[in-house]
Amino acid sequence: MVSKEELLAILDAVKDPEIPVLSIRDLGILRAVNLTPDGWIIDITPTYSGCPAMITIEEEIAKVLNAHGITQFTINSSLSPAWTTDWITEEGKQKLEEYGIAPPVEEVDKSVLFSKPPVVPCPKCKETNTKMISQFGSTACKAHYQCQECLEPFDYFKCLR
Amino acid sequence: MEHTYKFLSRIGDDSLILGQRLAELCGHGPILEEDIALTNISLDLIGQATNIYTYAAQLEGKGRDADALAFLRLEHQYLNAILVEQPNGNFADTLVRQFFFDVYRKLLFEQLLTSTDKQIAAIAEKSLKETRYHLKHSSEWVIRLGDGTEQSKERAQFAILDLWRYTDELFYMDETEIQLAKAGVIPNLKDLKPLWMEQVLSVLNLATLTLPENQGFFGAGRQGRHSEHMGFLLAQLQYMQRVYPNMQW
Repeated sequence: MVSKEELLAILDAVKDPEIPVLSIRDLGILRAVNLTPDGWIIDITPTYSGCPAMITIEEEIAKVLNAHGITQFTINSSLSPAWTTDWITEEGKQKLEEYGIAPPVEEVDKSVLFSKPPVVPCPKCKETNTKMISQFGSTACKAHYQCQECLEPFDYFKCLR
Repeated sequence: MEHTYKFLSRIGDDSLILGQRLAELCGHGPILEEDIALTNISLDLIGQATNIYTYAAQLEGKGRDADALAFLRLEHQYLNAILVEQPNGNFADTLVRQFFFDVYRKLLFEQLLTSTDKQIAAIAEKSLKETRYHLKHSSEWVIRLGDGTEQSKERAQFAILDLWRYTDELFYMDETEIQLAKAGVIPNLKDLKPLWMEQVLSVLNLATLTLPENQGFFGAGRQGRHSEHMGFLLAQLQYMQRVYPNMQW
């Protein structure tokens, strides 16, 4: 029988299929693991309601656990408390930046109309002279930016709170 | 329980049908960024529909799942507001429809946060964060189109005149909503209308657009009676499940 710590270490192998440098722990969508008489209960939560990665992630969890001989488990998906970008670990934010995706800055894009979008430093050259191209990027959780200095187009993991 | 199921069908169908409309724009957006934005919003809406249907199916307890509710009902069993099934038309039509809906949805989810039904509150908490982004997007476009060129203004104004008559239905209440409001499951939707009006007007003023004075409202979608566009939409939405029953991706 594995311990909770060992199980968490095993689950660290499950990556986000869209951002393969981040594990589900880094991303904060792995909420809790608990041992019950019926086996492990694994709680996960979606980033966005329509996140198509969730099914893949559940399948990956089952695959990884089976590979370690763990067959008694239930995967629970819960909506509340709703996921926010604050759930991404510091390590996760660093991995995002190294991967070329600007991590969420500590500010929600205000709902006030035409407010200035948040200042997002370029993950490549670190300059802050960047421009939001579109509120919506390659996936629901990202916005599309371009650096005005090195001209690199990049994804910004938008702040959700 | 029956009332909760019906209310969930109404708001779930709003999400699914508008999500389907926006999905039609995949590969057809006016510019690449908008193509991506509108399909992202579509994805959020279909995701919200999945959460809402999953709970509705559970309450119903007849062994149906979210997919069965989405794909295997008949036209009169869908209870979405007629606004959301209206065709995409031109870009102004799409964005004005979205704007009217987003303002309503944001107000509704804000109120549902304190629902006495914990699962409805959880769905609202999750969805509200997404809806805020949608509203910002549609509001900014309404202003840009209205206060833009002569042509964009004309089209935005036409879109408002065309879609206005469908908006009152968003605040429709029958026995279902009355009972649920009494039990604290949902807010009194009639109370949302003045707030909605205020927020819509604040954006339309910035956009230099006006609302018609005409109050000839139309809408029976909440009772399952739809406009002529609905059948065509469902034919496309349900095609795969009808041709290959029980198919899986």
